[in-house]
Amino acid sequence: MSTSLEQASAEVDRAEEELASQRRRPGARSAPVPQQRRRTLRTRWRRDRSLVLMTLPAVALLAVFAYVPMLGNIAAFQQYSPYAGFLQSPLVGFSNFARVFTNPAFLNSVVNTLTITVFQLVFYFPVPIVLALLLNSVISPRVRVLVQSVVYLPHFFSWVLVVTVFQQILGGAGLVSQTLRAHGYSGFDLMTNPDTFLLLITMQSIWKDAGWGIIIFLAALSTVDPALHEAAASDGAGRWRRMWHITLPALRPVVVLLLILRLGDALTVGFEQLILQREAVGAEVSEVVDTFVYYQGVVYGDWSFAAAAGLVKGLVSLALVMGANKLAHVFGESGVYQR
Amino acid sequence: MSTGTSESTAPAAVTAAARRAGVGPSSPRRRRRPAGRPVWEEPPSRLGLALKGLVLVLVVLAVAFPLYTVVLTSFSTQAETIRTGGLVVVPGELTLEAYRQILSGGVVTRAAVVSVGITAVGTVLSMVVSVMAAYGLSRPGSLLHTPLLFVFLVTMFFGAGLIPTYLLVSGLGLIDSYWALILPGAVSAFNVLILRNFFMGIDGSILDAARIDGAGEWRILLRIVIPLSGAVLAVVALFYGVGYFNAFFNAVLYINDNAKWPLQLVLRSYVLQGVALPGGGDPTSSVSGAVAGLPIKMAVVVLAVVPILLVYPFVQRHFTKGVIFGAIKG
Repeated sequence: MSTSLEQASAEVDRAEEELASQRRRPGARSAPVPQQRRRTLRTRWRRDRSLVLMTLPAVALLAVFAYVPMLGNIAAFQQYSPYAGFLQSPLVGFSNFARVFTNPAFLNSVVNTLTITVFQLVFYFPVPIVLALLLNSVISPRVRVLVQSVVYLPHFFSWVLVVTVFQQILGGAGLVSQTLRAHGYSGFDLMTNPDTFLLLITMQSIWKDAGWGIIIFLAALSTVDPALHEAAASDGAGRWRRMWHITLPALRPVVVLLLILRLGDALTVGFEQLILQREAVGAEVSEVVDTFVYYQGVVYGDWSFAAAAGLVKGLVSLALVMGANKLAHVFGESGVYQR
Repeated sequence: MSTGTSESTAPAAVTAAARRAGVGPSSPRRRRRPAGRPVWEEPPSRLGLALKGLVLVLVVLAVAFPLYTVVLTSFSTQAETIRTGGLVVVPGELTLEAYRQILSGGVVTRAAVVSVGITAVGTVLSMVVSVMAAYGLSRPGSLLHTPLLFVFLVTMFFGAGLIPTYLLVSGLGLIDSYWALILPGAVSAFNVLILRNFFMGIDGSILDAARIDGAGEWRILLRIVIPLSGAVLAVVALFYGVGYFNAFFNAVLYINDNAKWPLQLVLRSYVLQGVALPGGGDPTSSVSGAVAGLPIKMAVVVLAVVPILLVYPFVQRHFTKGVIFGAIKG
């Protein structure tokens, strides 16, 4: 936890210094506090208590629904039974974790998760970049706005809806199969075919979120000074050379950052998307760590085993985020907190 | 460039006003693209233009065409879908029958009311709590600022996990309560940080002026900060609202009583899995066949999109401003 949080605190310190220097500047702050008089805790409390009070409802909600469950991970070290509860269930040390690491279904779910992550990194990740470059080269603002508002839209659809629409188009009774059959070809059912499942979920992800993904790249592109392009053009650089030497370097920081964030999130792949389609294609290809935890715990009632698997995932993800953050620093980027 | 001038005056005034109000981002200001192709740029080849146009049209169609067939099918008659064998592409016989059936007070109607209710209550609660927290955290150096900020940041890096959360919610007796669909996700640290970053960009001298005039923090938040933050408030409210409306898995976990199901769960069971609706409300039970009731199914799909389509146009123009300011979501 320390890296990101240290960075956060460094960020906070920097902001505080900035504020302090503003305060020292005469007239910048209207109520300059004399430097030599240290404010006591009491005056600070009197000054800031409404600010503290404002955060309390949110802090209370997080305390109950985010921090209390963190303590609930104690179930991973117990033989938890809902009737005995946390206090009465016997402690069993690390035996649940031993079961997790020797469970072939769990290992299969890890393999599936990583396969999906890598596959999407290769086939999904570049799509928004290419779309953004294409859209950025469109001159007419009207066309740009129209295309943007259409491609952003599916991001706001639910996964149930996206999967339903895909089923109606690409399923066994879907539009494409119907059309093929009507013309004498044989139809196909992409929705229940385990062999093409990776392709299917990547297509769904692209349809839903690739459009929304371009927003950040467009923002990065809009900060490029047109004078750079003009200068390069007058020096004889063609369209493609300008893209290579001006446009793409402007995208580099964003690309590196998003890539690293995705790596840090490697164990998290669309949970709702996958659980919706698990029955149709079978657990062999669609079981990921998150769905494994859900089925073992909530469906089969093996609470401690599922909690252990979930805790392993949480801790590995934390390590990955931190590692990714380190990597960001190696690349000279600002890291996770400032994204 | 006559069109350019009339277009550029209004945004220029807005940005100037925003800068005066201190709402401008700290990152480099977005540059306005001049309308039309600059003189130094070589004219595009005809082939290049055609290819570019073709790709853009295909991209737009990839999004729009499935929606079009779904909407058209929901307005078509049952006979029409049986004739085509599935979705309707060419408009034939049109009818409102599907909508009349699902909106006549059955399972779908109730689910729609549940979903809209949860979304409304949840979004209001989330926004009130998040805006307050974001403003409370917007002054570095204030009392307890750093530890309070950490409380939010930690939740972004380490999630407690599904099992402990489920055990907590059931332990609190929230199973089959609508609060189970609202409270666990009511505060998103991410959204709080987006709001906070925006609030921190507001010029401190305005706030100080108000403070000298005797305004307390609550009044400053209500009268100055919130009115200056329309764009980011709209975008974050959309994020929260869409989150509540689209969530289906928390209902799978926490709502066992299928009379209380939200719309997404009905959509999954009835449309995706083809299960007959519970509670005897299935209007197609008398019709057999794989594609029976396809217009009705598609009408349920449309019903699940309409609320989003209704608010989307109003929030959409704020995306770049609201999203890029704070952080990037999604």
